[in-house]
Amino acid sequence: MTLFIEQMLNGLQFGVTLFLLAAGLTLIFGIMGVINLAHGSIYMVGAYAGTVVATQTGSFWLGIPAALAAAALVGAAMEFLVIRRLYQRDHLDQVLATFSLILIFNQVITLIFGRQPLFVATPEFLSGSIEVLPGLLYPAYRLAIIVVGLAVALGLYLLINKTRIGMLVRAGSTNRDMVRALGVDVRLLYTVVFGLGALLAGLAGFMAGPILAVQVGMGEQILITTFVVVVVGGVGSIRGAFFASLLLGVIDTALRAYLPGLLRQIMVGPEADALGAGISSMGIYLLMAIVLLIRPKGLFIPKS
Amino acid sequence: MNMKIPFLAAGLSALSVMSAGAADEVKIGMITTLSGPAGYLGQDIRDGFKLAMEMNDGKLGGVPVELIVEDDGLKPGNGRQIFERMQSDEGVKLFTGIVFSNVAGATVPDIVDSGSFYISPNAAPSNLAGKGCHENYFVVSWQNDSLHESAGQYATELGYKNAFVLAPNYQAGKDAISGFKRFFKGEIAGEIYTRLDQTDYAAELAQVRAAEPDVVFQFHPGGLGITFLKQYQQAGLADSIPMVLAAPSLDGVILQAIGDSAVGLTVTAHWNSDFDNEANKEFVAAWKEAYDRPLTYYASQGYDAALAYASALKATGGNIDDADAFRESLRKADFTSVRGDFSFGPNQHPVQNWYALKVEKGEDGTPMLKTIGEVLSGHSDAYAAECQM
Repeated sequence: MTLFIEQMLNGLQFGVTLFLLAAGLTLIFGIMGVINLAHGSIYMVGAYAGTVVATQTGSFWLGIPAALAAAALVGAAMEFLVIRRLYQRDHLDQVLATFSLILIFNQVITLIFGRQPLFVATPEFLSGSIEVLPGLLYPAYRLAIIVVGLAVALGLYLLINKTRIGMLVRAGSTNRDMVRALGVDVRLLYTVVFGLGALLAGLAGFMAGPILAVQVGMGEQILITTFVVVVVGGVGSIRGAFFASLLLGVIDTALRAYLPGLLRQIMVGPEADALGAGISSMGIYLLMAIVLLIRPKGLFIPKS
Repeated sequence: MNMKIPFLAAGLSALSVMSAGAADEVKIGMITTLSGPAGYLGQDIRDGFKLAMEMNDGKLGGVPVELIVEDDGLKPGNGRQIFERMQSDEGVKLFTGIVFSNVAGATVPDIVDSGSFYISPNAAPSNLAGKGCHENYFVVSWQNDSLHESAGQYATELGYKNAFVLAPNYQAGKDAISGFKRFFKGEIAGEIYTRLDQTDYAAELAQVRAAEPDVVFQFHPGGLGITFLKQYQQAGLADSIPMVLAAPSLDGVILQAIGDSAVGLTVTAHWNSDFDNEANKEFVAAWKEAYDRPLTYYASQGYDAALAYASALKATGGNIDDADAFRESLRKADFTSVRGDFSFGPNQHPVQNWYALKVEKGEDGTPMLKTIGEVLSGHSDAYAAECQM
């Protein structure tokens, strides 16, 4: 039973990380109608900036503002210089342009930092494990990620539902033209939304640093899963992104953890392991296909 | 990256056909992984190879050499396309460089079937070592399984009774697990195939903890290995369950990236930077002079691949048109490998010694790999007997 709870915590933690990326992506996709493949690059920029500052100054905390600032600045610059020209173009142009941004970012990071991954230590007081339940030790750092992720989700909920800018964002995601017709400075709104999305991606990148390898191309590894989250949750819906992230995080973890074991009941060991690994890596994509069949607009978009 | 203008290249290759046999530059095509998280593997192979050229004024075996490098992006399809382009546009006949077994599996058969030569500086999947062996296919690194056979042997010698094994779900991962199991005499407590693009191992680590094995063996090269080891340590497993690794799961870069928490890990390898032979000392000194980054065994293999080509170019005087003579001289392995004793077995894969290494604190306080003993001597691979040439 403790193993099961531990696996659920693992799924939750993975889901929360996905959410930080998916929230920005779904806003950008839903409100501006831009497919931003370079979202993963901002995640990488956040990870690098935060990690470098944290190692240079020796303080993990200074890494956080550095990661957020770098990601938001790079995001806003990206919107101003490139994305802004793409709003009226079709999705193929957007994919081409943002894909080229990925290549440019990867090469620039390689030029500055080299291909060697960076080392970042877990902050001292988060480096141990906490006894969540009797007999269940869980790494403190991963718990911290869950807490931060849930706090961000709550903050976004309040921002989107209780503030004026949130109202504009919601309006923008349902009817862009009407918002523009009402005299709202859509350009500014877009830059702000893009910057916010970038900020969250940067936070996710920095928090992933002590767990993953901070290296070139780290964004692309997680980007595809993030797109699956956005599609399953419904484009433009933060609430959808939140629930879809947690759902996919838990499903992915559960498949990896339990599918080979289940298959081993009916098959020979090594074959079951290989087949289980294969099916579990397809799991979230299968889910996406099913969701697209039943609810083409995503699980959390109200039927209109 | 040496990207040539296609028209110019086509013109040049036409010229080189006319002047075939003359002692002009021999082209060597390097298809390797330079981008993405595994980019440093290819970078080290490339720079190790280049180092051997630079130490000899751009020549190998006294013959001027032009190295053409292209990035396969860890995509098997790219590997094949690059090969076809290099062969048809630039007339390249000597190839090397592939890091990953899935790229090698798609590319190497085409290269050698076309009559060109390929020397592998890294990947050597089992399907190309036995029945699928080829007279133009040489490997200077190891056969995939051998890496992990040494780890299995060492885990047995250390007296572990049951092991939990993990590797990514691709050819080299399967080779790793079968290699380890072939030489490990204890029980297998659990076996997990991870994904090649996985970034989070929490679910697998929870299973390891629940299985309570004596020892963990895992194969995760490059960035995967950094992630795995970090998370292993954060999960508190490093203190309770020891790990025996093969060289790819703890190279110089991974060691630097995970820092002090690596101290105490045991690794088996065919080469280490502290090997006490002249060729190696020269290589290590030249690397430190040329590059400001950790030295990995990938670089040593790139270097040895260059030495292997150099030996054959020297013996044939740079004439690569006589494939039989070139092949014969390659087979002799007439070069001084940085790892000491080295020869080719019947399937043209290495016969070499395997050593146990341990991570210890170096004199300057940073963790380093220290050679502590020999595990297997004159070891070949399990597939050599199946090879008919």
